[in-house]
Amino acid sequence: MSFVWTVAEHAHGELKAVSFELLARGRKLADKLGTPLAAVVIGDQVSEARMRELIERGADKVYSVQDPRLAHFVCESYARILSTLIKTYRPDIILAAATSSGRTLMPYVAVKARAGLTADCTELDIEAETGNLLQTRPAIGGNIMATIKTPNHRPQMATVRPKSSKPLPKDTSRHGEIITIPVDDGMIDTRVSVLGYRKDAADFVNLEEADIVVAGGKGMKKAEHFSLLNNLAQTLGGVVGASREAVDRGWIGYPHQIGLSGKTISPKLYIGAGISGSIQHLAGIKTSEVIVSVNNDPDANLHKIADFAIVGDAFQVLPELQRQLKLRKGRAE
Amino acid sequence: MRIIVPIKQVPETSNVKMDPVTGTVIRAGVETVVNPLDLYALEAALRLKAQHGGTVTAITMGPPPAIKALKEAVAMGCDDAVLVSDRKFGGSDTWATSYTLAQAVRKLGAYDLIIAGERATDGDTAQVGPGIASWLDIPIATYVARIGALAEGRLTLERLVEEGYQQLSVPLPALLTVVKEIAVPRLPTLRGKKAAKHCDIPVFSAENMGLDPSFLGLKGSPTKVVKIDAPKVTRGGKTVQAGDDEAVSAAVGQLIGFLEEKGLV
Repeated sequence: MSFVWTVAEHAHGELKAVSFELLARGRKLADKLGTPLAAVVIGDQVSEARMRELIERGADKVYSVQDPRLAHFVCESYARILSTLIKTYRPDIILAAATSSGRTLMPYVAVKARAGLTADCTELDIEAETGNLLQTRPAIGGNIMATIKTPNHRPQMATVRPKSSKPLPKDTSRHGEIITIPVDDGMIDTRVSVLGYRKDAADFVNLEEADIVVAGGKGMKKAEHFSLLNNLAQTLGGVVGASREAVDRGWIGYPHQIGLSGKTISPKLYIGAGISGSIQHLAGIKTSEVIVSVNNDPDANLHKIADFAIVGDAFQVLPELQRQLKLRKGRAE
Repeated sequence: MRIIVPIKQVPETSNVKMDPVTGTVIRAGVETVVNPLDLYALEAALRLKAQHGGTVTAITMGPPPAIKALKEAVAMGCDDAVLVSDRKFGGSDTWATSYTLAQAVRKLGAYDLIIAGERATDGDTAQVGPGIASWLDIPIATYVARIGALAEGRLTLERLVEEGYQQLSVPLPALLTVVKEIAVPRLPTLRGKKAAKHCDIPVFSAENMGLDPSFLGLKGSPTKVVKIDAPKVTRGGKTVQAGDDEAVSAAVGQLIGFLEEKGLV
Protein backbone atom coordinates (compact mmCIF):
# COMPACT_ATOMS: atom_id res chain seq x y z
CA MET A 1 0.00 0.00 0.00
CA SER A 2 1.45 3.34 -0.92
CA PHE A 3 0.99 6.48 1.12
CA VAL A 4 1.26 10.21 0.94
CA TRP A 5 2.49 11.76 4.19
CA THR A 6 2.65 15.25 5.56
CA VAL A 7 4.70 16.34 8.56
CA ALA A 8 2.60 18.47 10.90
CA GLU A 9 4.16 21.37 12.78
CA HIS A 10 3.17 22.58 16.20
CA ALA A 11 4.08 24.98 18.95
CA HIS A 12 2.89 24.67 22.54
CA GLY A 13 0.45 21.91 21.67
CA GLU A 14 -1.20 23.92 18.91
CA LEU A 15 -0.89 22.83 15.31
CA LYS A 16 0.45 25.50 12.99
CA ALA A 17 -1.60 26.55 9.96
CA VAL A 18 1.04 25.14 7.65
CA SER A 19 0.11 21.63 8.84
CA PHE A 20 -3.30 22.08 7.22
CA GLU A 21 -1.86 23.73 4.12
CA LEU A 22 0.33 20.66 3.60
CA LEU A 23 -2.73 18.41 3.87
CA ALA A 24 -4.45 20.37 1.09
CA ARG A 25 -1.41 19.73 -1.12
CA GLY A 26 -1.21 16.11 -0.02
CA ARG A 27 -4.92 15.44 -0.54
CA LYS A 28 -4.68 16.42 -4.19
CA LEU A 29 -1.72 14.07 -4.73
CA ALA A 30 -3.27 11.20 -2.76
CA ASP A 31 -6.51 11.48 -4.74
CA LYS A 32 -4.62 11.40 -8.03
CA LEU A 33 -2.75 8.31 -6.89
CA GLY A 34 -5.79 6.74 -5.20
CA THR A 35 -3.85 6.29 -1.97
CA PRO A 36 -4.46 7.32 1.64
CA LEU A 37 -3.07 10.52 3.12
CA ALA A 38 -1.47 10.49 6.54
CA ALA A 39 -0.20 13.27 8.79
CA VAL A 40 2.74 12.64 11.10
CA VAL A 41 2.73 14.50 14.41
CA ILE A 42 6.03 14.40 16.29
CA GLY A 43 5.73 16.50 19.43
CA ASP A 44 4.16 16.77 22.84
CA GLN A 45 0.77 17.73 24.22
CA VAL A 46 -0.95 17.83 20.85
CA SER A 47 -4.46 16.85 21.93
CA GLU A 48 -6.73 14.34 20.26
CA ALA A 49 -9.07 17.18 19.24
CA ARG A 50 -6.19 18.88 17.41
CA MET A 51 -5.32 15.66 15.66
CA ARG A 52 -8.99 15.20 14.74
CA GLU A 53 -8.70 18.51 12.94
CA LEU A 54 -5.98 17.01 10.73
CA ILE A 55 -8.52 14.37 9.70
CA GLU A 56 -11.26 16.96 9.20
CA ARG A 57 -8.92 18.84 6.89
CA GLY A 58 -7.90 15.97 4.69
CA ALA A 59 -5.91 13.26 6.51
CA ASP A 60 -7.06 9.64 6.48
CA LYS A 61 -4.61 8.71 9.19
CA VAL A 62 -2.59 10.47 11.83
CA TYR A 63 0.59 8.97 13.24
CA SER A 64 1.04 10.48 16.67
CA VAL A 65 4.49 10.27 18.24
CA GLN A 66 4.43 12.26 21.45
CA ASP A 67 6.67 12.61 24.44
CA PRO A 68 7.75 15.49 26.69
CA ARG A 69 11.24 15.11 25.22
CA LEU A 70 9.79 15.93 21.81
CA ALA A 71 8.14 19.18 22.87
CA HIS A 72 10.70 21.25 20.94
CA PHE A 73 12.23 20.54 17.59
CA VAL A 74 15.57 18.79 17.91
CA CYS A 75 16.62 17.53 14.53
CA GLU A 76 18.36 14.35 15.64
CA SER A 77 15.40 12.94 17.60
CA TYR A 78 12.78 14.00 15.08
CA ALA A 79 14.90 12.54 12.28
CA ARG A 80 15.35 9.27 14.11
CA ILE A 81 11.58 8.97 14.55
CA LEU A 82 10.67 9.95 11.02
CA SER A 83 13.31 7.56 9.65
CA THR A 84 11.88 4.72 11.76
CA LEU A 85 8.37 5.46 10.51
CA ILE A 86 9.60 5.52 6.91
CA LYS A 87 11.22 2.11 7.34
CA THR A 88 8.06 0.69 8.89
CA TYR A 89 5.39 2.12 6.60
CA ARG A 90 7.30 2.95 3.38
CA PRO A 91 5.47 6.06 2.24
CA ASP A 92 5.84 7.16 -1.39
CA ILE A 93 5.69 10.86 -0.78
CA ILE A 94 6.51 13.03 2.24
CA LEU A 95 5.70 16.73 2.34
CA ALA A 96 6.96 19.08 5.03
CA ALA A 97 6.93 22.82 5.53
CA ALA A 98 9.85 24.91 4.31
CA THR A 99 10.33 26.28 7.82
CA SER A 100 13.39 26.38 10.07
CA SER A 101 12.54 22.90 11.33
CA GLY A 102 11.21 21.38 8.09
CA ARG A 103 14.22 22.57 6.13
CA THR A 104 16.51 20.98 8.71
CA LEU A 105 14.66 17.74 9.32
CA MET A 106 13.96 16.79 5.71
CA PRO A 107 17.55 16.82 4.36
CA TYR A 108 18.79 15.05 7.49
CA VAL A 109 16.22 12.30 6.92
CA ALA A 110 16.55 12.20 3.13
CA VAL A 111 20.25 11.34 3.39
CA LYS A 112 19.53 8.37 5.64
CA ALA A 113 16.57 7.20 3.56
CA ARG A 114 18.47 7.63 0.25
CA ALA A 115 15.49 9.69 -0.83
CA GLY A 116 15.15 12.50 -3.33
CA LEU A 117 14.35 15.84 -1.73
CA THR A 118 13.28 19.08 -3.38
CA ALA A 119 13.21 22.34 -1.43
CA ASP A 120 10.61 25.10 -1.49
CA CYS A 121 8.27 23.63 -4.06
CA THR A 122 5.64 25.98 -5.41
CA GLU A 123 3.81 23.33 -7.43
CA LEU A 124 3.37 19.61 -6.87
CA ASP A 125 1.73 17.22 -9.27
CA ILE A 126 1.67 13.58 -10.27
CA GLU A 127 3.10 12.50 -13.62
CA ALA A 128 0.24 10.62 -15.27
CA GLU A 129 2.23 7.81 -16.90
CA THR A 130 4.55 6.94 -14.04
CA GLY A 131 2.87 8.16 -10.87
CA ASN A 132 6.08 10.06 -10.04
CA LEU A 133 5.85 13.27 -8.08
CA LEU A 134 6.60 16.34 -10.18
CA GLN A 135 8.10 19.08 -8.03
CA THR A 136 8.41 22.62 -9.34
CA ARG A 137 10.55 25.15 -7.53
CA PRO A 138 12.15 28.51 -8.13
CA ALA A 139 15.97 28.57 -8.32
CA ILE A 140 18.73 31.06 -9.00
CA GLY A 141 17.00 33.80 -7.05
CA GLY A 142 13.65 33.03 -8.66
CA ASN A 143 15.03 33.51 -12.16
CA ILE A 144 14.14 30.00 -13.24
CA MET A 145 11.51 27.43 -12.35
CA ALA A 146 12.86 23.90 -12.29
CA THR A 147 10.66 20.81 -12.40
CA ILE A 148 12.26 17.90 -10.62
CA LYS A 149 11.38 14.28 -10.10
CA THR A 150 12.76 11.27 -8.26
CA PRO A 151 12.22 8.36 -10.62
CA ASN A 152 14.01 5.51 -8.86
CA HIS A 153 14.08 6.25 -5.15
CA ARG A 154 11.42 6.29 -2.47
CA PRO A 155 10.20 8.19 -0.62
CA GLN A 156 9.93 11.32 -2.76
CA MET A 157 10.35 14.19 -0.35
CA ALA A 158 9.54 17.87 -0.75
CA THR A 159 9.27 21.01 1.33
CA VAL A 160 6.59 23.58 0.60
CA ARG A 161 6.61 27.22 1.66
CA PRO A 162 4.11 28.27 4.30
CA LYS A 163 1.20 30.28 2.88
CA SER A 164 1.69 28.92 -0.63
CA SER A 165 -1.52 26.88 -0.42
CA LYS A 166 -4.86 27.17 1.34
CA PRO A 167 -6.07 24.66 3.92
CA LEU A 168 -9.15 22.62 3.02
CA PRO A 169 -12.31 23.63 4.88
CA LYS A 170 -13.09 21.59 7.98
CA ASP A 171 -15.29 18.62 7.19
CA THR A 172 -16.49 17.12 10.47
CA SER A 173 -18.06 14.15 8.68
CA ARG A 174 -14.64 12.86 7.61
CA HIS A 175 -13.43 9.67 9.26
CA GLY A 176 -9.90 8.70 9.97
CA GLU A 177 -7.68 6.84 12.34
CA ILE A 178 -5.24 8.18 14.91
CA ILE A 179 -2.40 5.74 15.43
CA THR A 180 -0.29 6.29 18.53
CA ILE A 181 3.33 5.23 18.19
CA PRO A 182 4.87 4.52 21.60
CA VAL A 183 8.12 6.38 22.27
CA ASP A 184 11.02 4.45 23.72
CA ASP A 185 14.41 5.76 24.83
CA GLY A 186 16.04 4.53 21.64
CA MET A 187 14.01 7.06 19.65
CA ILE A 188 15.34 10.02 21.60
CA ASP A 189 18.72 11.51 20.77
CA THR A 190 19.91 13.25 23.90
CA ARG A 191 23.02 14.94 22.50
CA VAL A 192 21.51 18.36 21.85
CA SER A 193 19.46 20.06 24.54
CA VAL A 194 17.08 22.96 24.17
CA LEU A 195 17.78 25.55 26.87
CA GLY A 196 14.89 27.84 26.06
CA TYR A 197 13.64 30.59 23.79
CA ARG A 198 14.48 34.25 23.70
CA LYS A 199 11.92 36.46 22.12
CA ASP A 200 12.66 40.14 21.77
CA ALA A 201 9.03 41.13 21.57
CA ALA A 202 9.84 44.55 20.20
CA ASP A 203 11.87 43.26 17.35
CA PHE A 204 10.75 39.80 16.49
CA VAL A 205 8.49 38.86 13.68
CA ASN A 206 7.22 35.68 12.10
CA LEU A 207 7.51 36.88 8.53
CA GLU A 208 7.16 33.52 6.79
CA GLU A 209 3.82 32.72 8.33
CA ALA A 210 2.23 36.13 7.92
CA ASP A 211 -0.62 36.63 5.42
CA ILE A 212 0.26 40.27 4.89
CA VAL A 213 3.72 41.84 4.90
CA VAL A 214 4.33 45.58 4.69
CA ALA A 215 8.00 46.17 3.88
CA GLY A 216 10.14 49.27 3.79
CA GLY A 217 13.45 50.03 2.12
CA LYS A 218 16.04 52.73 1.72
CA GLY A 219 13.34 55.14 0.57
CA MET A 220 11.91 55.19 4.09
CA LYS A 221 14.91 57.39 4.93
CA LYS A 222 15.07 56.79 8.69
CA ALA A 223 14.11 54.42 11.49
CA GLU A 224 11.33 56.66 12.81
CA HIS A 225 9.52 56.42 9.49
CA PHE A 226 9.03 52.72 9.98
CA SER A 227 6.18 53.70 12.30
CA LEU A 228 4.20 54.41 9.11
CA LEU A 229 4.73 50.79 8.13
CA ASN A 230 3.96 49.54 11.64
CA ASN A 231 0.66 51.41 11.67
CA LEU A 232 -0.30 50.18 8.24
CA ALA A 233 0.65 46.60 9.10
CA GLN A 234 -1.47 46.83 12.21
CA THR A 235 -4.48 48.14 10.29
CA LEU A 236 -4.14 45.41 7.67
CA GLY A 237 -3.43 42.66 10.18
CA GLY A 238 0.07 42.09 8.87
CA VAL A 239 3.69 42.35 9.93
CA VAL A 240 6.60 44.57 8.96
CA GLY A 241 9.44 43.46 6.71
CA ALA A 242 12.43 45.31 5.31
CA SER A 243 15.00 45.30 2.57
CA ARG A 244 18.65 44.67 3.31
CA GLU A 245 19.42 48.37 2.93
CA ALA A 246 17.03 49.24 5.76
CA VAL A 247 18.39 46.50 8.03
CA ASP A 248 22.02 47.37 7.34
CA ARG A 249 21.28 50.98 8.27
CA GLY A 250 20.00 49.76 11.61
CA TRP A 251 16.45 51.01 11.06
CA ILE A 252 14.99 47.61 11.95
CA GLY A 253 16.30 44.21 13.16
CA TYR A 254 17.57 41.35 11.04
CA PRO A 255 14.57 39.08 11.72
CA HIS A 256 12.63 41.49 9.47
CA GLN A 257 14.96 41.18 6.51
CA ILE A 258 13.49 39.84 3.27
CA GLY A 259 15.58 38.64 0.36
CA LEU A 260 18.57 36.55 -0.50
CA SER A 261 20.36 37.05 2.82
CA GLY A 262 17.09 37.20 4.77
CA LYS A 263 13.74 35.48 4.56
CA THR A 264 11.89 34.24 1.52
CA ILE A 265 8.19 34.87 1.88
CA SER A 266 4.99 33.95 0.04
CA PRO A 267 2.30 36.04 1.72
CA LYS A 268 -1.13 36.74 0.28
CA LEU A 269 -0.23 40.41 0.11
CA TYR A 270 3.17 42.09 0.02
CA ILE A 271 3.39 45.87 0.05
CA GLY A 272 6.83 47.35 -0.62
CA ALA A 273 7.35 51.02 0.15
CA GLY A 274 10.50 52.86 -0.80
CA ILE A 275 12.01 49.63 -2.04
CA SER A 276 13.74 49.82 -5.40
CA GLY A 277 13.66 46.06 -5.84
CA SER A 278 17.16 44.67 -6.13
CA ILE A 279 17.40 41.18 -7.60
CA GLN A 280 18.25 39.97 -4.09
CA HIS A 281 15.11 41.44 -2.60
CA LEU A 282 12.86 40.29 -5.44
CA ALA A 283 14.12 36.74 -4.94
CA GLY A 284 12.56 36.85 -1.49
CA ILE A 285 9.12 38.04 -2.54
CA LYS A 286 8.53 36.69 -6.04
CA THR A 287 6.14 33.98 -4.90
CA SER A 288 3.86 36.42 -3.07
CA GLU A 289 0.28 36.21 -4.26
CA VAL A 290 -0.24 39.95 -4.70
CA ILE A 291 2.59 42.49 -4.88
CA VAL A 292 1.99 46.19 -4.33
CA SER A 293 4.76 48.72 -4.83
CA VAL A 294 4.90 52.32 -3.64
CA ASN A 295 7.87 54.31 -4.90
CA ASN A 296 8.34 57.75 -6.40
CA ASP A 297 10.91 56.39 -8.83
CA PRO A 298 8.93 55.32 -11.91
CA ASP A 299 11.80 53.02 -12.92
CA ALA A 300 11.95 51.07 -9.65
CA ASN A 301 12.33 47.35 -10.37
CA LEU A 302 9.67 46.53 -7.84
CA HIS A 303 7.10 48.43 -9.92
CA LYS A 304 7.85 46.13 -12.84
CA ILE A 305 6.85 42.95 -11.04
CA ALA A 306 4.05 44.51 -9.01
CA ASP A 307 0.36 43.73 -9.49
CA PHE A 308 -0.38 47.27 -8.42
CA ALA A 309 2.24 50.00 -8.55
CA ILE A 310 1.81 53.50 -7.23
CA VAL A 311 4.36 55.96 -8.57
CA GLY A 312 4.30 58.38 -5.68
CA ASP A 313 5.88 59.48 -2.45
CA ALA A 314 5.61 56.80 0.23
CA PHE A 315 5.36 59.55 2.86
CA GLN A 316 2.15 60.75 1.21
CA VAL A 317 0.76 57.44 0.01
CA LEU A 318 1.16 55.45 3.24
CA PRO A 319 -0.64 57.93 5.53
CA GLU A 320 -3.39 58.33 2.93
CA LEU A 321 -3.74 54.56 2.65
CA GLN A 322 -3.90 54.36 6.43
CA ARG A 323 -6.53 57.12 6.53
CA GLN A 324 -8.75 55.58 3.88
CA LEU A 325 -8.49 52.10 5.38
CA LYS A 326 -9.49 53.48 8.78
CA LEU A 327 -12.37 55.35 7.23
CA ARG A 328 -13.51 52.22 5.48
CA LYS A 329 -13.25 50.25 8.72
CA GLY A 330 -15.26 52.94 10.49
CA ARG A 331 -17.98 52.69 7.86
CA ALA A 332 -18.12 48.91 8.19
CA GLU A 333 -18.60 49.13 11.96
CA MET B 1 39.79 23.64 17.79
CA ARG B 2 39.64 22.57 14.17
CA ILE B 3 36.88 24.11 12.10
CA ILE B 4 35.93 23.11 8.58
CA VAL B 5 33.96 25.53 6.41
CA PRO B 6 32.32 24.13 3.27
CA ILE B 7 31.86 26.92 0.75
CA LYS B 8 30.46 27.17 -2.77
CA GLN B 9 31.38 29.19 -5.80
CA VAL B 10 28.25 30.73 -7.31
CA PRO B 11 27.45 33.08 -10.18
CA GLU B 12 27.19 36.67 -9.00
CA THR B 13 23.45 37.04 -8.57
CA SER B 14 23.16 40.62 -9.65
CA ASN B 15 24.58 39.54 -12.99
CA VAL B 16 22.33 36.59 -13.69
CA LYS B 17 21.05 36.81 -17.24
CA MET B 18 18.44 34.61 -18.79
CA ASP B 19 18.49 33.26 -22.31
CA PRO B 20 15.14 34.53 -23.60
CA VAL B 21 14.86 31.62 -26.05
CA THR B 22 15.76 28.63 -23.91
CA GLY B 23 14.73 30.13 -20.59
CA THR B 24 17.96 28.92 -19.00
CA VAL B 25 20.58 30.81 -17.09
CA ILE B 26 23.51 32.04 -19.13
CA ARG B 27 26.57 30.92 -17.18
CA ALA B 28 29.23 31.72 -19.75
CA GLY B 29 31.11 34.89 -18.98
CA VAL B 30 29.27 35.43 -15.71
CA GLU B 31 31.53 36.38 -12.86
CA THR B 32 31.68 33.94 -9.97
CA VAL B 33 31.97 34.76 -6.29
CA VAL B 34 32.09 32.93 -3.00
CA ASN B 35 28.44 32.33 -2.10
CA PRO B 36 27.72 35.53 -0.15
CA LEU B 37 26.06 33.58 2.68
CA ASP B 38 29.23 31.49 3.10
CA LEU B 39 31.15 34.63 4.07
CA TYR B 40 29.21 34.64 7.34
CA ALA B 41 30.29 31.05 7.97
CA LEU B 42 33.92 31.94 7.28
CA GLU B 43 33.69 34.94 9.59
CA ALA B 44 32.09 32.90 12.39
CA ALA B 45 34.83 30.28 12.05
CA LEU B 46 37.65 32.84 12.06
CA ARG B 47 36.22 34.50 15.18
CA LEU B 48 35.98 31.18 17.00
CA LYS B 49 39.59 30.50 16.03
CA ALA B 50 40.65 33.89 17.40
CA GLN B 51 38.83 33.10 20.64
CA HIS B 52 39.76 29.47 21.18
CA GLY B 53 42.80 28.92 18.96
CA GLY B 54 43.04 26.23 16.30
CA THR B 55 42.72 26.16 12.54
CA VAL B 56 40.10 26.85 9.89
CA THR B 57 39.99 24.77 6.72
CA ALA B 58 37.88 25.86 3.74
CA ILE B 59 36.59 23.15 1.48
CA THR B 60 34.65 23.35 -1.76
CA MET B 61 33.30 20.92 -4.30
CA GLY B 62 33.40 22.10 -7.88
CA PRO B 63 35.36 22.25 -11.10
CA PRO B 64 39.05 23.34 -10.95
CA PRO B 65 38.26 27.09 -11.32
CA ALA B 66 36.52 26.84 -7.92
CA ILE B 67 40.03 27.13 -6.50
CA LYS B 68 39.48 30.89 -6.78
CA ALA B 69 36.83 30.70 -4.06
CA LEU B 70 39.20 28.75 -1.81
CA LYS B 71 41.96 31.32 -2.32
CA GLU B 72 39.56 34.01 -1.28
CA ALA B 73 38.82 32.06 1.90
CA VAL B 74 42.54 31.77 2.62
CA ALA B 75 42.93 35.49 1.94
CA MET B 76 40.30 36.11 4.62
CA GLY B 77 42.35 34.13 7.09
CA CYS B 78 41.68 30.41 6.64
CA ASP B 79 44.74 28.28 7.37
CA ASP B 80 44.30 25.90 4.50
CA ALA B 81 41.88 24.75 1.84
CA VAL B 82 40.85 21.64 -0.05
CA LEU B 83 39.30 21.32 -3.50
CA VAL B 84 36.96 18.39 -3.96
CA SER B 85 36.91 17.94 -7.68
CA ASP B 86 36.31 15.18 -10.16
CA ARG B 87 34.41 14.88 -13.42
CA LYS B 88 32.46 12.11 -11.74
CA PHE B 89 30.91 14.66 -9.37
CA GLY B 90 29.20 16.58 -12.19
CA GLY B 91 25.43 16.86 -11.93
CA SER B 92 25.30 15.99 -8.22
CA ASP B 93 22.09 16.88 -6.43
CA THR B 94 22.11 17.76 -2.74
CA TRP B 95 22.11 14.10 -1.71
CA ALA B 96 25.19 13.23 -3.77
CA THR B 97 26.87 16.54 -2.90
CA SER B 98 26.45 16.03 0.82
CA TYR B 99 27.75 12.47 0.49
CA THR B 100 30.84 13.65 -1.38
CA LEU B 101 31.57 16.54 0.98
CA ALA B 102 31.01 14.39 4.07
CA GLN B 103 33.55 11.88 2.79
CA ALA B 104 36.00 14.71 2.14
CA VAL B 105 35.52 15.85 5.76
CA ARG B 106 36.22 12.29 6.90
CA LYS B 107 39.43 12.25 4.86
CA LEU B 108 40.53 15.43 6.64
CA GLY B 109 40.56 13.60 9.96
CA ALA B 110 39.48 14.86 13.37
CA TYR B 111 37.53 18.12 13.60
CA ASP B 112 35.46 19.96 16.18
CA LEU B 113 33.07 22.01 14.14
CA ILE B 114 31.74 22.37 10.62
CA ILE B 115 30.27 25.79 9.88
CA ALA B 116 28.32 26.33 6.67
CA GLY B 117 26.32 29.17 5.16
CA GLU B 118 22.56 28.99 5.49
CA ARG B 119 22.20 28.09 1.80
CA ALA B 120 23.80 28.90 -1.54
CA THR B 121 22.32 31.74 -3.54
CA ASP B 122 22.15 29.70 -6.76
CA GLY B 123 20.62 26.36 -5.77
CA ASP B 124 18.88 27.92 -2.79
CA THR B 125 18.03 24.60 -1.15
CA ALA B 126 19.74 24.84 2.27
CA GLN B 127 19.97 21.05 2.12
CA VAL B 128 23.67 20.32 1.84
CA GLY B 129 24.58 21.48 5.38
CA PRO B 130 22.05 19.23 7.12
CA GLY B 131 22.92 16.50 4.60
CA ILE B 132 26.62 16.55 5.57
CA ALA B 133 25.70 16.39 9.26
CA SER B 134 23.45 13.41 8.57
CA TRP B 135 26.18 11.52 6.70
CA LEU B 136 28.61 12.18 9.55
CA ASP B 137 25.95 11.44 12.17
CA ILE B 138 26.75 14.59 14.09
CA PRO B 139 24.28 17.04 15.63
CA ILE B 140 23.14 19.97 13.56
CA ALA B 141 21.99 23.48 14.42
CA THR B 142 20.67 25.49 11.47
CA TYR B 143 19.98 29.25 11.22
CA VAL B 144 22.45 29.99 14.02
CA ALA B 145 22.44 33.71 14.82
CA ARG B 146 24.69 33.75 17.90
CA ILE B 147 27.48 31.54 19.16
CA GLY B 148 28.02 31.70 22.91
CA ALA B 149 30.24 29.98 25.43
CA LEU B 150 32.25 26.84 24.85
CA ALA B 151 32.57 24.71 27.97
CA GLU B 152 33.28 21.04 28.52
CA GLY B 153 33.04 20.25 24.85
CA ARG B 154 29.63 21.90 24.45
CA LEU B 155 28.72 25.05 22.62
CA THR B 156 25.83 27.31 23.60
CA LEU B 157 24.12 28.96 20.66
CA GLU B 158 20.97 30.60 19.39
CA ARG B 159 18.98 29.65 16.29
CA LEU B 160 16.71 32.15 14.57
CA VAL B 161 13.41 30.27 14.25
CA GLU B 162 9.77 31.22 13.76
CA GLU B 163 9.13 31.51 17.50
CA GLY B 164 12.15 33.66 18.27
CA TYR B 165 15.66 32.57 19.14
CA GLN B 166 15.92 28.93 20.18
CA GLN B 167 18.76 28.46 22.65
CA LEU B 168 20.66 25.21 22.37
CA SER B 169 23.51 23.41 24.02
CA VAL B 170 25.30 21.34 21.37
CA PRO B 171 28.14 18.86 21.94
CA LEU B 172 31.12 18.94 19.56
CA PRO B 173 31.72 17.83 16.92
CA ALA B 174 28.67 19.41 15.34
CA LEU B 175 27.61 21.20 12.19
CA LEU B 176 26.20 24.71 12.27
CA THR B 177 24.65 26.72 9.49
CA VAL B 178 24.71 30.43 10.21
CA VAL B 179 22.64 33.44 9.16
CA LYS B 180 23.76 36.96 8.39
CA GLU B 181 23.17 38.12 11.94
CA ILE B 182 26.15 36.06 13.18
CA ALA B 183 28.84 38.64 12.27
CA VAL B 184 29.99 41.07 9.60
CA PRO B 185 32.42 39.29 7.28
CA ARG B 186 35.94 40.69 7.17
CA LEU B 187 37.70 41.67 3.98
CA PRO B 188 40.75 39.78 2.72
CA THR B 189 44.00 41.19 4.12
CA LEU B 190 47.22 41.85 2.25
CA ARG B 191 48.92 39.15 4.28
CA GLY B 192 46.06 36.79 3.55
CA LYS B 193 46.28 37.50 -0.14
CA LYS B 194 49.99 36.66 -0.07
CA ALA B 195 49.28 33.44 1.77
CA ALA B 196 46.57 32.60 -0.78
CA LYS B 197 49.00 33.12 -3.64
CA HIS B 198 51.46 30.62 -2.26
CA CYS B 199 49.21 28.13 -0.55
CA ASP B 200 49.10 24.61 -1.79
CA ILE B 201 45.54 23.37 -2.30
CA PRO B 202 45.19 19.59 -2.43
CA VAL B 203 42.57 18.05 -4.69
CA PHE B 204 40.36 15.29 -3.35
CA SER B 205 39.00 13.04 -6.08
CA ALA B 206 36.58 10.11 -6.18
CA GLU B 207 39.56 7.78 -6.32
CA ASN B 208 41.73 9.21 -3.57
CA MET B 209 38.69 9.45 -1.26
CA GLY B 210 37.67 5.88 -2.10
CA LEU B 211 34.07 6.86 -2.86
CA ASP B 212 31.21 4.59 -3.84
CA PRO B 213 30.75 5.33 -7.56
CA SER B 214 27.02 4.64 -7.38
CA PHE B 215 26.63 7.59 -4.99
CA LEU B 216 28.29 10.15 -7.25
CA GLY B 217 27.25 12.83 -9.68
CA LEU B 218 24.17 12.70 -11.85
CA LYS B 219 24.00 8.91 -11.63
CA GLY B 220 24.13 8.86 -7.86
CA SER B 221 21.55 11.64 -7.47
CA PRO B 222 18.00 10.58 -6.55
CA THR B 223 16.50 13.75 -8.05
CA LYS B 224 16.50 14.60 -11.74
CA VAL B 225 15.69 17.93 -13.31
CA VAL B 226 12.99 17.29 -15.88
CA LYS B 227 12.32 20.78 -17.13
CA ILE B 228 13.48 24.36 -16.69
CA ASP B 229 11.17 27.28 -17.41
CA ALA B 230 11.50 31.00 -17.08
CA PRO B 231 8.80 32.21 -14.73
CA LYS B 232 6.71 35.06 -15.95
CA VAL B 233 8.71 38.09 -15.00
CA THR B 234 5.99 40.69 -15.09
CA ARG B 235 2.55 40.22 -13.67
CA GLY B 236 0.95 42.61 -16.11
CA GLY B 237 0.21 44.84 -13.20
CA LYS B 238 -1.49 48.18 -13.02
CA THR B 239 0.52 51.37 -12.58
CA VAL B 240 -1.03 54.56 -11.26
CA GLN B 241 0.60 57.95 -10.86
CA ALA B 242 0.30 59.80 -7.60
CA GLY B 243 1.97 63.12 -8.23
CA ASP B 244 -0.11 65.53 -6.13
CA ASP B 245 -2.48 65.25 -3.17
CA GLU B 246 -5.50 64.64 -5.32
CA ALA B 247 -3.74 61.94 -7.34
CA VAL B 248 -2.48 60.31 -4.13
CA SER B 249 -5.99 60.11 -2.78
CA ALA B 250 -7.34 58.71 -6.06
CA ALA B 251 -4.48 56.20 -6.38
CA VAL B 252 -5.02 54.96 -2.85
CA GLY B 253 -8.75 54.67 -3.55
CA GLN B 254 -7.98 52.52 -6.57
CA LEU B 255 -5.55 50.41 -4.57
CA ILE B 256 -8.16 49.74 -1.90
CA GLY B 257 -10.63 48.79 -4.63
CA PHE B 258 -8.05 46.39 -6.03
CA LEU B 259 -7.37 44.87 -2.60
CA GLU B 260 -11.11 44.49 -1.99
CA GLU B 261 -11.47 42.68 -5.29
CA LYS B 262 -8.74 40.27 -4.20
CA GLY B 263 -10.40 39.80 -0.82
CA LEU B 264 -7.36 41.18 0.99
CA VAL B 265 -9.06 43.93 3.01
